[in-house]
Amino acid sequence: MRILNLAGRRLAASIPTLFLILIGIFLLLQFAPGDTVDAMMAQMGGGDAATARELRQFYGLDLSIPMQLGHYLWRLVRFDLGFSSIYGKPVASVILERLPPTLLLMTASLSFAFFAGLVLGVVAARGVNKWPDTLISTLGLIFYATPSFWFGLMAIVVFSVYLQWLPAGGFEDIGQAATGLARTLDIAAHLVLPALTLGLIFLAIYLRIMRASMLEVLNLDFVRTARAKGLDETRVVVRHVLRNALLPMVTLIGLQAGTMLGGSVVVESVFSLPGLGRLAYESVVQRDLNTLLGIVFVSALLVIAVNFLVDLLYARLDPRISAGA
Amino acid sequence: MPLSRIEISRRTALLTSAAIAANVINPMRAFAQETPRKGGVFNVHYGAEQRQLNPSLQASTGVYIIGGKIQEPLVDLDAAGNPVGVLAESWESTPDGKTITFKLRKGVTWHDGKPFTSEDVAFTAMNMWKKILNYGSTLQLFLTAVDTPDPQTAIFRYERPMPLNLLLRALPDLGYVSAKHIYETGDIRQNPANLAPVGTGPFKFNKYERGQYIIADRNDNYWRPNAPYLDRIVWKVITDRAAAAAQLEAGGLQLSPFSGLTISDMARLGKDKRFIVSTKGNEGNARTNTIEFNFRRKELSDIRVRRAIAHAINVPFFIENFLGDFAKLGTGPIPSTSADFYPGPNTPQYPYDKQKAIALLDEAGLKPGAGGNRLSLRLLPAPWGEDISLWATFIQQSLGEVGIQVEVVRNDGGGFLKQVYDEHAFDLATGWHQYRNDPAVSTTVWYRYGQPKGAPWTNQWGWEDPAIDKIIDDAATEVDPAKRKALYADFVTRANTELPIWMPIEQLFVTVITAKARNHSNTPRWASSTWHDLWLAE
Repeated sequence: MRILNLAGRRLAASIPTLFLILIGIFLLLQFAPGDTVDAMMAQMGGGDAATARELRQFYGLDLSIPMQLGHYLWRLVRFDLGFSSIYGKPVASVILERLPPTLLLMTASLSFAFFAGLVLGVVAARGVNKWPDTLISTLGLIFYATPSFWFGLMAIVVFSVYLQWLPAGGFEDIGQAATGLARTLDIAAHLVLPALTLGLIFLAIYLRIMRASMLEVLNLDFVRTARAKGLDETRVVVRHVLRNALLPMVTLIGLQAGTMLGGSVVVESVFSLPGLGRLAYESVVQRDLNTLLGIVFVSALLVIAVNFLVDLLYARLDPRISAGA
Repeated sequence: MPLSRIEISRRTALLTSAAIAANVINPMRAFAQETPRKGGVFNVHYGAEQRQLNPSLQASTGVYIIGGKIQEPLVDLDAAGNPVGVLAESWESTPDGKTITFKLRKGVTWHDGKPFTSEDVAFTAMNMWKKILNYGSTLQLFLTAVDTPDPQTAIFRYERPMPLNLLLRALPDLGYVSAKHIYETGDIRQNPANLAPVGTGPFKFNKYERGQYIIADRNDNYWRPNAPYLDRIVWKVITDRAAAAAQLEAGGLQLSPFSGLTISDMARLGKDKRFIVSTKGNEGNARTNTIEFNFRRKELSDIRVRRAIAHAINVPFFIENFLGDFAKLGTGPIPSTSADFYPGPNTPQYPYDKQKAIALLDEAGLKPGAGGNRLSLRLLPAPWGEDISLWATFIQQSLGEVGIQVEVVRNDGGGFLKQVYDEHAFDLATGWHQYRNDPAVSTTVWYRYGQPKGAPWTNQWGWEDPAIDKIIDDAATEVDPAKRKALYADFVTRANTELPIWMPIEQLFVTVITAKARNHSNTPRWASSTWHDLWLAE
């Protein structure tokens, strides 16, 4: 119960932060030259000044900036995210449509990065300074240093264009209009390459952290004790070392949930996924302030939720934390 | 420049048939008569989503490429670039040019089953073309009424003479018809049909999944017999150009229109037998690269400085090394693809001549100061294309060599338009001028004085010239085609002499299409047209 209490307090503390972020973004976007009507004109390939004036009135852009901000915050208090000028729909429904691909992508690549990082980190730590360690560390370095758009494009060239094993982009196959299990498998096939691409950088980080923390824990006294008791090596690693070495890994998940949302802009563009990252990019280019603020709001909620889960996991892994709180 | 396959297909493009062009590209396929095959799904690359899809409300290629398959204009252009009836069967003008009568096609129905009548034309013209449609509101400024004596006749009444040729050349882009019964109630801009268009065209709107795809299916009740051939068209939203090229190669796309890929990918796929890479079918969408001068800047209001800048840039070198086969030297605001209005290359030109540029700058009193610097300018490039970005860098380096220091200030679309066309916060700007078949539709607003502040792609340079204004106004209401052509030749001469804008590069958009496609690129605005005859070979 204590842990819930702690998490609840954290949640309450994050609300002012959330408002500050939204106001900050709102003001920051005012510095970008041009508004949504300018962006619209650019898309239309021209139009006259009277039309532009009319459109500005329609979108409430003729009001002063404090007025616009005031309107926005007042709407937000009533849980109304406003109306998207690019999509002609309420922002909430636009975001709701785009949320599933991003959530799927994030979950898939985070779990891939976490588990593959864990395994590789353990293997590297067990064979420290021998060839498996060197190999894994070098790979990790390469994954970390390579930009994800390049990985994505190379993956498309190899697995879609030449081998034709996996689809080159999109969220699902439009032609088949599959349902049920077939659709699930289809979506999964479409997610393999993007999830791997997005996950590789995070994999590299997890691998390094896991390796370091394994090495640290392996040298602690209780491990020596466990060995002295005559436990076999596998048991020592799994039961005693791994559990203790996992704590920094779990910390990272919470931190990286936010980073991942940012990284998904690139991956979603390369793989044509209709996710939140691309939506955010489009709303910046089109100066669709309502949609952008809505995305910031939802992303912040996501990060808060992930951190909440991480807090719970912490308590499970290390009973000292909930006791101490 | 090497005479490549693409170059040949462009030169022959306008006047030859698709068969001859196909012969150039692939001799084996030349005259083999094939029977059109029904069926198939055609996947199209769609680079940027639109806020709406109704071409009666928004004139842009991004809308035509979808809306143009679902809705139809009164008139389109045939292979030779001449107006040909679509929803209109015939037309005539009174000698004074103030009354133009369209006879409409019989037996055409909207996708919801209601009949298409002159009421639809009158409603669309008065409420959409005249009031909302970009470029349309300028074109139809003097339209006072559209009479509908019977369901098959629409009579356009103008306050001032409307040259029939101007109207016919404008209507393929600015003459799409919407259904009155769908739009007559409520706010036109907010009508749900804007995102789920209802038309008379060969394909019926099916689904729009934001961020993913748009689907249209065959219209079984289409008025042209035996058309269309395709079962379905899918536009896939792919914003990343490299990813789109990969999708083409993987078979997920059959077409990337309007130069949707990177220049290097287009050149690479041009060598691949599975694709045809060509500028053919885009003659109606010619564009020129510009240099726009801000006259509020004292130095730039001096004609010698503008001419010096033009002389200082080695345009042929730039084209050969950066744009390759996709561009050629331009000669002014009316591109050479415009058979009706191109005045020929013998108007004032500014060939590369560094010494002359330096002499002109000296003459203008701009002596080299510290470090050889004569003048500092801010250049704002538009973000629409790779070529503009390269061109901006090239201008910067070329002008550096004659002592003009250029700072390139990059913006995204909204920012560029705001700074150049509303705040006038530029010294030089560069972007595209897109020519729309008649100078009165697309071009003269770039030169005519008195454009309202904030209207993009109009004379926002602060340039004023009563002589050119008179030519522009006379030509816009001149009913005699020969006299109009002569007036526009004067216009180009005057524009190139005074040089408020310089348009030294001419380009056509590039189409990348599967070699299995038949009846493609066969009109000057093919990617925007209906695709009723397009089919896919096995």
